[in-house]
Amino acid sequence: MNTIDTSLVDWSRAQFALTAMYHWLFVPLTLGLGIVMAIMESIYVRTGREFWKQTARFWMKLFGINFAMGVATGIILEFEFGTNWSNYSWFVGDIFGAPLAIEGILAFFMESTFIAVMYFGWNKVSKRAHLAATWLTIIGATLSAWWILVANAWMQHPVGMEFNPDTVRNEMVDFTAVAFSPVAVVKFCHTVSSSWVLGAVFVVGVSCWYLLRGKHTEFAHASIKVAAWFGLAAALITAHTGHQSGRDIALFQPMKLAAAEGLYNGGTGRGLVLGGILRPDADWTSTAANEESKFLFHIECPYALSLLATHKADGYVPGIRNLQEGGYPLPDGAIALSAEEKMARGRLAIAALADYRKATDEASKAAALATLRENFDYFGYGYLKSPAELVPNVPLTFYSFRIMVVLGGYFIVLFAGLLILGKKVAKKQLLLWGVVLSVPLAWMASQAGWVVAEVGRQPWAIQGLLPNVAAISRLETSSVQTTFFIFLVLFTLLLLAELRIMGKAIAAGPETHTPNA
Amino acid sequence: MNDISLLQHYWWFLVSLLGALLVFLMFVQGGQSLIWTLGRTEEQRRMLLLATGRKWELTFTTLVTFGGAFFASFPLFYSTSFGGAYWVWVLILLCFVLQAVSYEFQLKRGNLLGTTTYRIFLMLNGILGPLLIGTAVGTFFTGAEFVVDKSAVTSASMPVISHWANSLHGLEAAFVPQNLLLGISVLLLTRVLACLYFINSIGDSALQLTCRRRLAIESAFFLLFFLTWLVRWLCAYGYAWQPADGSIYMEEYKYLHNLLAMPAVLALLSVGVVLVLCGMVTGLRGWHRAIWPAGIGSVFVVLALLLCAGWNHTAYYPSVVAPQCSLTIANSSSSLFTLRTMTYVSFIIPFVLAYIAWAWRALDRTPITPEEANEKH
Repeated sequence: MNTIDTSLVDWSRAQFALTAMYHWLFVPLTLGLGIVMAIMESIYVRTGREFWKQTARFWMKLFGINFAMGVATGIILEFEFGTNWSNYSWFVGDIFGAPLAIEGILAFFMESTFIAVMYFGWNKVSKRAHLAATWLTIIGATLSAWWILVANAWMQHPVGMEFNPDTVRNEMVDFTAVAFSPVAVVKFCHTVSSSWVLGAVFVVGVSCWYLLRGKHTEFAHASIKVAAWFGLAAALITAHTGHQSGRDIALFQPMKLAAAEGLYNGGTGRGLVLGGILRPDADWTSTAANEESKFLFHIECPYALSLLATHKADGYVPGIRNLQEGGYPLPDGAIALSAEEKMARGRLAIAALADYRKATDEASKAAALATLRENFDYFGYGYLKSPAELVPNVPLTFYSFRIMVVLGGYFIVLFAGLLILGKKVAKKQLLLWGVVLSVPLAWMASQAGWVVAEVGRQPWAIQGLLPNVAAISRLETSSVQTTFFIFLVLFTLLLLAELRIMGKAIAAGPETHTPNA
Repeated sequence: MNDISLLQHYWWFLVSLLGALLVFLMFVQGGQSLIWTLGRTEEQRRMLLLATGRKWELTFTTLVTFGGAFFASFPLFYSTSFGGAYWVWVLILLCFVLQAVSYEFQLKRGNLLGTTTYRIFLMLNGILGPLLIGTAVGTFFTGAEFVVDKSAVTSASMPVISHWANSLHGLEAAFVPQNLLLGISVLLLTRVLACLYFINSIGDSALQLTCRRRLAIESAFFLLFFLTWLVRWLCAYGYAWQPADGSIYMEEYKYLHNLLAMPAVLALLSVGVVLVLCGMVTGLRGWHRAIWPAGIGSVFVVLALLLCAGWNHTAYYPSVVAPQCSLTIANSSSSLFTLRTMTYVSFIIPFVLAYIAWAWRALDRTPITPEEANEKH
């Protein structure tokens, strides 16, 4: 195998996407439900009411069922960086490995130690020690999210590193820049708060199911009250951080923004597409002059995109075509290069690295190094064959973005409505059904968010630095195909088992009496 | 030693310590492999699973942290071994996936596959997990079939720097007798530790008696396999590297030389072996806490072996097809800055160990009873 088989890249991506999407079915529920049950146990410790202990224990039972699957899929994800993206692991392992190791030391041990106390320690440690274990379990899970999101944010916006031509890799030079980059902070807040929304929707959905059945009504009302307040606060934070995230994308990943907006031709004073249908035959990769609309229809809010992206109503927002053609003004006043120019400079950088490694005298080395440094910002572009590769899947990004935003808005209304109605909600059958049916929508919004984040940044494993084609492991495609289907069958089977167990546990409902309580 | 060399040695020590703790904590796997051997009744099987069920997360986390620490400190190993020995690592991961869900799902209503299926999953993980991990670690001494060429990054058509030289992608390690001996030794050690752990944590005299009987058999087989491996290891050629230019060469009795050159490591190995033997003997005589000398001893032994693999100018991941590509702690580590940053983070480890010890004590203060095993969790 002397050239990379493109199907190997596709199957490697498919396997990673499969694992990540399955993993993300379980993690947000862990993060969201964890906080809800910890709040409930806190109320139990403060009030001493047995009712709150039973309520917390019920949600804890569902938490445990879900937690196991999150752990199972998570381990695959961590090791897939090595098994399927080995070149990536070397090229940026000096930076990327650190958050993963810190995640293990700081977060995983906390989570795994205290979850055992949480489950098996009710009669073995004091009430307060148990409550501390519950909070530490969820703090551990959230810290774990912090570090993995730091790693992910770094891939979207690489900072705090320098390329070392002797070791042929990027090396960390500023840990603070990596661990606390503004992109990482916003990503963490947005992702975790959206997980809290999902957890809250799950709790109100299950509780409304009990109200529909006329069972466990006191439990259901109490759970709705806690989860709706929590969910409303989380949904508002999600909306706010979503806006900040959009601004980061505009600055650092303009192609993702253009794809999410279906913006082919950019310009000043651009409107935000509130909704619309893309033309199925639209060619998003062509750079031939094309003013024809890419929409069958769409509704636009004038100037809003420019305002959101640049904080100016007449700000310039580049479209997909502009990003390929270049020539537009950048925020710092410079003129953007075209994709072809970036690719040429990337090839220069790669050739300079080859010269540097072959050079036998200091003068040649210095000359090669100077060329490499001058063009290194475009290093990753040197592996691309055509500017068309820079365009991600526009329809998938566009529709996913809208699903996420619309559902995010809907959840704010849902939680506010539940809080306004209070106990009167029990009499509104239609609304109760609506809330129950909203549960899968929370997962849809959550998955759509990740589709925007990950599909929207293609073809990059690391933005601008390393495309997928240069990040993979050198394996036979058949090996990856085989493991893809093994994971698909196994995860699906286990997901079905989990759903069935969850269903039975929800049907059984909370216990009203526990021996040795 | 200059700064980076010191930190490379420090991080090899930490990674080795995590590996050693992992082997100790794999008593969970050993216990799973003995579900039906030790558990004659459903009640006994529930007690066995409850005892290991409280600890599986720790084993799992140690494996994940071992991987993360290896990635952060020696990324070239992560890149070369995981991307090359693909099938071995995938199989190990699959075993651990099955374990993670099986504990939680096995007794739940509506679990789709039935209690027995999940327990078979646990048993599979119990046997294959230690066997595969032991076999994979065996390649630290016997070598693997990989090639590394960092200049490949400059190739537009094939920029991947490392590749495996055969299509078995790591499975070939199982055909090397020395690797297999180590794999079987690790499996048997986990079963010995499991018997001792059950004796300590389960308050059922019939089950304790069964565990003691089983301990005698497992200990005998473990000693047979491990001592065979140890003697062959001490007599084996090893891959050494020249500090001056980093070149790799074969050295007779390399690991014996390592032990002699590092008396502290030799002492660690010797004390470890004695402690493991003490644990076995006192466990057979009915001492409930024999898991502790045996557990600490196994940590010492594995730590000493792994230190011998990487310290004293030894290539810890030799390439048998291109020896000059072999990985050493010097040529595969992270940069000085990253190692230093990670070192500050590592100072938190004693605090982590302290709260693990608290939680362990809190949960294991009273032995598991049949009543507790039948409670809903």
